[in-house]
Amino acid sequence: MSLAKRIIPCLDVDNGRVVKGVKFVDIRDAGDPVEIARRYDREGADEITFLDITATHDNRDTIVHVVEQVASEVFIPLTVGGGIRTLEDIRRMLNAGADKVGINSAAVVNPNFVREASERFGSQCIVVAIDAKKVSAPGEPNQWEIFTHGGRKPTGINAIEWAKKMVDFGAGEILLTSMDRDGTREGFDLPLTRAISEAVTVPVIASGGVGNLDHLADGVIEGKADAVLAASIFHFAEYTIEQAKQHMASRGIEVRL
Amino acid sequence: MSTVAVIDYGMGNLHSIVKALQHAAPEVNVVCVSDADTILGADRVVFPGVGAIRDCMQALNQSGLSAVIQQVAKSTPLLGICLGMQALLTDSEENNGTRCLDVFAGHVVHFPESLTDNDGNSLKIPHMGWNQVHQLHQHPLWEDIPQDSRFYFVHSYYAQPNETAVMVATTQYPDAFTCALAHNNVFAVQFHPEKSQAVGLQLLKNFLHWDGQV
Repeated sequence: MSLAKRIIPCLDVDNGRVVKGVKFVDIRDAGDPVEIARRYDREGADEITFLDITATHDNRDTIVHVVEQVASEVFIPLTVGGGIRTLEDIRRMLNAGADKVGINSAAVVNPNFVREASERFGSQCIVVAIDAKKVSAPGEPNQWEIFTHGGRKPTGINAIEWAKKMVDFGAGEILLTSMDRDGTREGFDLPLTRAISEAVTVPVIASGGVGNLDHLADGVIEGKADAVLAASIFHFAEYTIEQAKQHMASRGIEVRL
Repeated sequence: MSTVAVIDYGMGNLHSIVKALQHAAPEVNVVCVSDADTILGADRVVFPGVGAIRDCMQALNQSGLSAVIQQVAKSTPLLGICLGMQALLTDSEENNGTRCLDVFAGHVVHFPESLTDNDGNSLKIPHMGWNQVHQLHQHPLWEDIPQDSRFYFVHSYYAQPNETAVMVATTQYPDAFTCALAHNNVFAVQFHPEKSQAVGLQLLKNFLHWDGQV
């Protein structure tokens, strides 16, 4: 009897449609977010994350409507990330029915935003999203740097130090994406995941690179992740959430079946 | 039509709990309110909450809702959820010690630092995710909920009631702690039934049909 490791399907939403790109480009349409969220809920998803990749401010309302619709009929935790820059953005998402928000670039621009947000709304709803890329050369000790703006902009900030700082500032959870692996289907960056998970006291969600069910299990066993997030392997119905959980259970991981 | 009042004292969003109650029992009228008369006149009352206990108690004391909740706890079926459960204890060590409503005698304490699981991995705080709820006694609110079902938790503090008689369920993280309390017409849970899919909706449905008798 213990806490289950979580499986979190992620929906990248662009103007109200679920899309999936490889390394943040080459975007493919994967369907209606409300319908997909319903399916994941039926299959036993432990949470659902929406990443709003809509570029224009005018279309931000779309994600609010998506969250409202999903929250009215899907009763598991919902997280929304992408474009969260102000306390007002957070309030809107929580009022729409989100339980947590993911903060990424805005935290880098102003780390105190994370502090203000967690003091105002509670750490339990503040997820800091970190996009990390390996910057050490082969043979050198591993080192990762954080990137913003969908992985395009380097910051010079060490990923492990940043994760610790964000927890000090009130992050209740870390969503960690490997920019090297995202969209590659080669599996999580396990040394990165493990390094961050062992460095912080809050739960860590591993993200970026899942191509098969063993990758999910590896993220927990070797990466020490508390939760694993994946997008494309679920959207295109390669695997169901239930199959993923059965597989993790077969490798000795405690899951909610 | 019976009415359930969800107490709105300005802490966090009530969207999830209201939607879940409507979903669990469409025939029930769900109202989100802060005025004493409506709360005291409702057939059932839900006391939700997230965030920090000091802000919660300040909001309740300033609005006069503290006395209203204490009154409800004597007469009407009442469901406390998460911080709404913690606020029902005598006090909490959060925010350097906070006086609470004392509906249940006991304290709210933080998980010990540097907890480890059986494999020696450090356990994360907050305790976040789906964990098993072990029912200690039969209760109308456990009806049709299998023993050791998983519910969704997110918290860093937990209740330590003085009386073992009020403990109705425990969860292990890594040691057993009290995750549900009950006495007469009051039932209170640390987990979030409104975020716990089918078993959570079942618990809410049971509450919405409960007459407050054990």
